[in-house]
Amino acid sequence: MANDPIHQFHINKIIPIEVGGLDLSFTNASLFMVATVAVTALFLIMSTSGRGLVPTRWQSMAEMSYEFVASTLRSSAGNEGMRFFPFVFSLFMFVLIANLIGMFPYFFTVTSQIIVTFALAMLVIGTVIVYGFAKHGMKFLGLFVPHGVPGVLVPLVTMIEVISFLSRPISLSVRLFANMLAGHITLKVFAGFVISLAASESLGLFGPVTSVLPLIMTVALTGLEFLVAFLQAYVFTVLTCMYLNDALHPSH
Amino acid sequence: MATTHGAESTSGETTAGTEVPHDAQATGSFPPFDSATFPSQLLWLAITFGVLYWAMTKVALPRISGILEDRRDRIAGDLAEANRLKQESDAAIAAYEQALAEARNRAHGIASDTRAKLKAETDARRRDAEAQLGKRLADAEERISEIKSAALSQVGDIATETTSALVEALIGKAPSKTELDKAVKAALK
Repeated sequence: MANDPIHQFHINKIIPIEVGGLDLSFTNASLFMVATVAVTALFLIMSTSGRGLVPTRWQSMAEMSYEFVASTLRSSAGNEGMRFFPFVFSLFMFVLIANLIGMFPYFFTVTSQIIVTFALAMLVIGTVIVYGFAKHGMKFLGLFVPHGVPGVLVPLVTMIEVISFLSRPISLSVRLFANMLAGHITLKVFAGFVISLAASESLGLFGPVTSVLPLIMTVALTGLEFLVAFLQAYVFTVLTCMYLNDALHPSH
Repeated sequence: MATTHGAESTSGETTAGTEVPHDAQATGSFPPFDSATFPSQLLWLAITFGVLYWAMTKVALPRISGILEDRRDRIAGDLAEANRLKQESDAAIAAYEQALAEARNRAHGIASDTRAKLKAETDARRRDAEAQLGKRLADAEERISEIKSAALSQVGDIATETTSALVEALIGKAPSKTELDKAVKAALK
């Protein structure tokens, strides 16, 4: 089973908990969620404990992540969007650190579970809907009726807008989930080739020699996966900011 | 891979037969789509993300924004202070240059005054010295003429005496005074 690329996504119970027939066990997935939060919080809190006017390296990294998310949010949702800053920042750090922790061999990738990414996406869309109605009331529905569309086309365009709005949580969650899942499967498959070729008896000396090729591929893919880990966290954040912008300014 | 497995086990069929149920036993389906794990994942995601949100809102973000604001204020304050100091130094330079120009003008004035004064003084001294020299020259000339006239007046007496002595020596007899005076006067003319 060592070569099974799906094995890494198995969820194993560590502390079985069952409440009213629901399985709420503390699993390896839960463990890595806790690890993600612990790493994020410790990094941000300990690095800034010095409150240095001249930052240390770690403090500089914490400040960079703060300013990175702040500028992303401000550029897509304006200064009003800064009220969502703690939420967006938490999302970005959670996804980023979860993705990066997943890059360690034998570690579980929290974001490779569709239910996790879907829950995060629904949290975003839920925030957009609740805040949009709370702030604009029924005017929030103007989001679905673009200005300057000929009267005949309004129902059609509105329908398209509604569908696109409803597909947002799906696209948002599937994009992150699929990227992490596919990346880890690819890595595992190529790494598996290295072992299979090297251990192959029928290929003789040819096996170990050619096993260098998938090894090189694995190294290259690891670099790519680090890029993907950051990029997907960034994409998730940017889209969140854009959706929040809709809640702040629903008129097109 | 299949050949390796086939070589290891007695038949490929048993390998496949053991592999498939094993996967099915462990998950029932592809793990990310196994809805039996969803309640647990949702619960723990809610707990952990809630804790993260709380930690960010209460501790990390206020602290980082505080640090950034402190730095911004500090830099702005330093810039303002630097600006103020620059204006001060500019003013000081202007005052210094003005003072320098004034001092130069004054020095120029003093120099020309002094020059004029010294010139007047030297002129006066020279005139004094010239006057004194002229007076002494006149005195000397007067004395020379006095001495000259005195000498000339005595020339007659000396001539008379000498003549009388010469005549006495020549003829053995002194001539009369009137004759002598007459003869000397005639000779002096």
